[in-house]
Amino acid sequence: MTHVAILGGGPAGLAAAQGALAAGARVSLLDEGDRLGGQFWRHHERLTDPRLQHAWHRFGRLRGALADGDAQVHVGASVWWAEASADGVRLRATVGDADGDGRTGLEVDADAVVVATGAHDLALPVPGWTLPGVTTAGAAQALAKRDGVAVGRRTVVSGSGPFLLPVAHSLALVGSEVVAVHEASRLPALARGWLPRPWELAGKAEEFLEYAGGLMRHRIPYRTGSAVVRVLGTDRVEGVVVAAVDADWRPIPGTEREVACDAVALGHGFTPRLEAALALGCAIDGDHRGRFVVVDDTQRTSVARVFAAGELTGIAGADAALAEGAVAGFLAAGGAFDDPRLRGPVAARSRTRAFARRLERAHGIRPGWTAWLDDDTIVCRCEAVARRAIVERADVPLRAMRLATRAGLGPCQGRTCGRTVEAIVAEAGGAAASVGFDRRPVLAPVRIGEVAALAETDPPT
Amino acid sequence: MIRITVDGEPVQGRDGQTIAGVLVGAGRTAWRTSQTGDRGVFCGIGVCHDCLVTVNGVEGVRACRREAADGDRVEREVRA
Repeated sequence: MTHVAILGGGPAGLAAAQGALAAGARVSLLDEGDRLGGQFWRHHERLTDPRLQHAWHRFGRLRGALADGDAQVHVGASVWWAEASADGVRLRATVGDADGDGRTGLEVDADAVVVATGAHDLALPVPGWTLPGVTTAGAAQALAKRDGVAVGRRTVVSGSGPFLLPVAHSLALVGSEVVAVHEASRLPALARGWLPRPWELAGKAEEFLEYAGGLMRHRIPYRTGSAVVRVLGTDRVEGVVVAAVDADWRPIPGTEREVACDAVALGHGFTPRLEAALALGCAIDGDHRGRFVVVDDTQRTSVARVFAAGELTGIAGADAALAEGAVAGFLAAGGAFDDPRLRGPVAARSRTRAFARRLERAHGIRPGWTAWLDDDTIVCRCEAVARRAIVERADVPLRAMRLATRAGLGPCQGRTCGRTVEAIVAEAGGAAASVGFDRRPVLAPVRIGEVAALAETDPPT
Repeated sequence: MIRITVDGEPVQGRDGQTIAGVLVGAGRTAWRTSQTGDRGVFCGIGVCHDCLVTVNGVEGVRACRREAADGDRVEREVRA
């Protein structure tokens, strides 16, 4: 019996598990969270309002498929090692309380793997963004949906993309006043992205109208072509400076105004979590403006036995992840691409690929944002590296720049600043990097003792 | 209802919340000393490591990823 390992328990991973089980495989699914659902299904039945969660029934069906099938589910499993060979795929994880010292080792050997590690927020730096009270839009959403708490009493939401709407709605439902949602893209870009071929937006339009209705009910203004360009405060957030921005997101002088608030939620898009795919050897396409795993129509990567699905292949949201996951899981289990059971997901996938292009046209990061940085604005939060230090070393290879400045060498390993450091280097005339900050030999934090214990028990290979 | 302590002070939270959720729910925004001032939760999903705390003597625990347990002793971490 074919054994399919699935890395990630969000929409893509869960759909992949269902697909692999349908094709007759045995499944091992690993997720670092303490509950399945990924960043999409976060609603906590005991803590939060079900109005905060979309498509909850779909989640129930996917979990049901796992419970009924030949599936091992490992939550709290941080995969820190992944390798693919001609014989199979091997994953190594620690399982237990997040960052605990009593975790146990887990090794999974499989015939194929579906990498469905998803994405995290991309928050562009802003002067003052290290002040307590500034979070990513995703954090505001996670704290609302999972923990039932608001990041502030008076929150400003700023960034770009449709995700800002549910974030504002969630904040309002957990009791925060939302001063405004600032969308950096201007109306012409939004129109170019969203207006053509409206029939492709079936389903999405209703979701949009629902969030727009939520904003109206809570009297939350939605301001396009504007952005938080500075966060004010000494020990914590006391306000922000908002400015109008041009089509390239460059602040327009003279339009700045101060707004009082105690929280700021920043979200300028998403970055895929590529490290597992890179460790497995998968080919990656793109640059710091967007770098994704290359897959074919069957969701196969450039490496035999390795499939990828969801935000790793392009930022297109949960519907895309569900469709790609279904295809990837079914094929990884040895199913045929022309199987009638894949007709639905394959058709959905062509729609969601168009949706990804639409998102990028309407909301993609424009290069002018760097104009709102000061020379001493911290870009790498972990190591407190300012823009000036990065610009001064923009002409040396990326690795040397990192060693000299320490940008991206702190605890988050460049996950938070990587793309923006690369953008600043590129703007200063530095060489482009093929993989940039995304290659991380150890995929998740692991305690030295845990590796040492493994070395004592592991037979030499 | 659960009770934890943060640097010795009692803080109440709801059963099932993360440590970050308990702290934010109690009105706290910062609980780690970095080289440029205090930090609290930033990414909320275990990516940025800004929210690290010591829990029951174990260092380097992401407050946004760890579910709080009744009686947890949470301590501030200081990065020199």
